[in-house]
Amino acid sequence: MAMTIQVDVVSAEESIFSGLAEFVVLPGEAGELGILPGHMPLMTRIKPGAVRLKLPGQEAEELIFVAGGLLEVQPGLVTVLADTAIRGKDLDEAQAMEAKAKAEEAMAGRESKIDYARAQAELSEAIAQLVAIQRLRKRGH
Amino acid sequence: MAGGKEIRTKIKSVQNTKKITKAMEMVAASKMRKAQERMRAARPYSDKMRRLAANLSQANVTEYRHAFLDKPESVKRIGLIVVTTDKGLCGGLNTNILRQLTGAMRQWEQEGVSEFSVTCIGNKGLGFMQRMGARVVSHVVQVGDAPHMDKLIGPIKVMIDAFQNDELDAIHIAYTRFINTMKQEPVIEQLLPLTGERLGTPDRAWDYLYEPEAKVVLDYMLVRYVESLIYQAVAENMASEQSARMVAMKAATDNAGTVIKELQLVYNKARQAAITKEISEIVGGAAAISG
Repeated sequence: MAMTIQVDVVSAEESIFSGLAEFVVLPGEAGELGILPGHMPLMTRIKPGAVRLKLPGQEAEELIFVAGGLLEVQPGLVTVLADTAIRGKDLDEAQAMEAKAKAEEAMAGRESKIDYARAQAELSEAIAQLVAIQRLRKRGH
Repeated sequence: MAGGKEIRTKIKSVQNTKKITKAMEMVAASKMRKAQERMRAARPYSDKMRRLAANLSQANVTEYRHAFLDKPESVKRIGLIVVTTDKGLCGGLNTNILRQLTGAMRQWEQEGVSEFSVTCIGNKGLGFMQRMGARVVSHVVQVGDAPHMDKLIGPIKVMIDAFQNDELDAIHIAYTRFINTMKQEPVIEQLLPLTGERLGTPDRAWDYLYEPEAKVVLDYMLVRYVESLIYQAVAENMASEQSARMVAMKAATDNAGTVIKELQLVYNKARQAAITKEISEIVGGAAAISG
């Protein structure tokens, strides 16, 4: 039997693949990477593309598409930390700008001093309600 | 004594309310299961990230020190990420976390923190923070039932960028931790700079080969790690929301049942009284005629 290597492909939202493989091909940032068991420790970014896995006892390769991410190789262990969405510096930047603009719009024309008294009043009202409800329940209403 | 008809109408309306709360309870129960699964599904990623971050923080002490790992001498400006729900009807969930947060902010202010920047995830926290007059730098609402990373990236980046540009000394995150169906706990945790506990202990300091170079990969990785921590918090908050809603709606359904029982009693009494009155009138009338 050929040597195998443990491969985990996970994203922030779920675990995509976990198992043994004989050979892994990944779209590395600097080019395609082929990883065999016993590869030296490596850490790199990967580009959006397909991760190809040669599983033991299976002729066809397993294909997993990833939207970029991070690759960590330890002897005997390959971890792909996949992004859940296509990410790019510009894209991220645009999203951040948009979020910022939205917040600024909402902030416009308001004083910036934190009004603790008001917050306190609002919270104590809500808490009073909760306490009242609890009391009512205890009384067996 | 209220008339029979009014009581009947009242009973009907409470029965309708009960139907609604019952339905909401069941919806929340099914959503809770899914939310819990999602929360668990997100764990492998953040576990791996944490391990990686731990390994790296050990392997790179001399080479390159990232801003996320450095402790500032004094904390003057704090960034807050406030995770709340979009909708209400979930008991004291939002109130509890916001109360704790207000307390913490006061405490910080006494300790010399002069500036707060807030990122709100969820409608309730946003409304509260705006009314309170806090500086909201970014927000995201209507996250939906499943938290999606791409919705969170932009608002989070505003915060992380501010930290990287040295506009903030620390970032804290406030959310409700899911313990079990009956128990959820409001927590405020420090996100950045990353502390020892967050980093965990490295299993072994590998001497990695970096491509293209250590700094780039490390930057990339730490941002992803922080994002995954926030994602995890949002996922936990959602599981907490659904279970809090389920419990609240169950209580409401039970209460409606009690109210119906009481009203039924009042109605029966009123009806009985009316019948008794009628009989005594008839008897009285008959007695008057025969007498």
